[in-house]
Amino acid sequence: MAQLIDAIVYAIPYLMSGLGMTLLVSLIVVVLSLVAGVVLGVGLIYGPLSLRWLIRLLTDSIRGIPILVLIFAVYYGLPPLGLNLSSFWAAVLALTLFKTAQVIEYTRGAVSSIPRGQMEAAKSIGLIFGQRLRYVIFPQATRRFLPPWVNGVTDAVKGSALVSLLGVVDLMQAINQVIGRTYEPMPLYLLGAVMYFAINYSLSSLSRVLERRYAYIKE
Amino acid sequence: MSATPLLQIARLTKSFGSNQVLKSVDLDVTAGEVVTVIGPSGGGKTTLLRCVNFLEAYDGGSIKIDGREVGYVDNAGGRKRGEVDLAAMRAETGMVFQSFNLFPHLTAEQNVMLGLQRVRKKPLKEAQEIARHWLDRVGLAHKTKSLPYELSGGQQQRVGIARAVAMDPKILLLDEITSALDPELVNEVLDVVRKLATDGMTMLIVTHEIAFARDASHRIIFMTDGSVSAHGKPDELMAQVASNERLRNFLSRFSAATH
Repeated sequence: MAQLIDAIVYAIPYLMSGLGMTLLVSLIVVVLSLVAGVVLGVGLIYGPLSLRWLIRLLTDSIRGIPILVLIFAVYYGLPPLGLNLSSFWAAVLALTLFKTAQVIEYTRGAVSSIPRGQMEAAKSIGLIFGQRLRYVIFPQATRRFLPPWVNGVTDAVKGSALVSLLGVVDLMQAINQVIGRTYEPMPLYLLGAVMYFAINYSLSSLSRVLERRYAYIKE
Repeated sequence: MSATPLLQIARLTKSFGSNQVLKSVDLDVTAGEVVTVIGPSGGGKTTLLRCVNFLEAYDGGSIKIDGREVGYVDNAGGRKRGEVDLAAMRAETGMVFQSFNLFPHLTAEQNVMLGLQRVRKKPLKEAQEIARHWLDRVGLAHKTKSLPYELSGGQQQRVGIARAVAMDPKILLLDEITSALDPELVNEVLDVVRKLATDGMTMLIVTHEIAFARDASHRIIFMTDGSVSAHGKPDELMAQVASNERLRNFLSRFSAATH
């Protein structure tokens, strides 16, 4: 027992720094994919035909590729094209692409679920496109967008463990490194699982709070 | 009437694919006039109204409000107006919808205030005063903080009217605004429209309420198959029943209700 506690106490500083990296990667991926996904999702609904076709092609391609392949494709595929990314940014870029394709779909689903009359009523009082989205469409679409998106965020946190494959020292990689020194795998994997779980459980609790916050909107 | 008409519609055409919904419609509305469009379903009445607000782009002819072409820079089918210009023109025409289309996430008051604040750029307090004034005028002073789902259909539609008239439009377009209402709620909405007519609001109304059209409007347009089949002052139109078979057929279905 004392040995177990010793192992955990020894590991904690390493795991905390790995956890920091996991959170950083997740945060960057979630923020970038949110912005890019909402913009492209709006383009997929309201854009001219050529743009819609292009976005559709992008999302379908990305969603058809396993994320692991995407990570290696970005890491090994971009340098020959003259773009040298560090393993950190290569991993972040690949995860962001993957997540963006999902956010585009959430956005499309949420926005197109709003009845057409809402856009027309917003037009008829003289709001311009951006105002119609901001004051009329988005506040209503948010309620439908949030549940799948928060699910996607927890996926992003879990999926960020894949960056360890490119040697980025995130929580997963930190665990492996400590195990490499101590040869005590079980307590460390358990500890890692608890940490991932704690993040994701807080996120899904937050999601329930947000859903209640938007529940007052009824058609 | 020597003044130039506020709304001038000339040779207006509109097709959905191969289906020509409007076949050369001509119609003028002078400021202060209440003009009602009646006719069988599928005759193009609603499409006509939606073209005036450019919710539908028309293919040919012209729609002018105060001498300015609606939606297009020069002529139909040509270059469309930019987003800002288009929005500014739409703000000059109020629209009330059959299905109300209130913003469900905003209170009655906020529904009315949105355009005042974001389009008319009124400060919050003034927007609120105007909104309350109009909600009071439509008999909803006690419902300013209600969300749309807390209101009856008739109340929702009255908020819809308040939202449109609060913008101080040059012309108000009413698209079958009582068709989605329970019969006992129709009158509370029509009463509001009658009051607006008395105040001199210019209105173009599409309705199936024939009795209302006869009592409340200066002129009635009878549309079938995408063109104007008969028009005139209410009594003039009724006088054409003998000579216009389609009008006779159409009105005969309402005779039970109007006598």
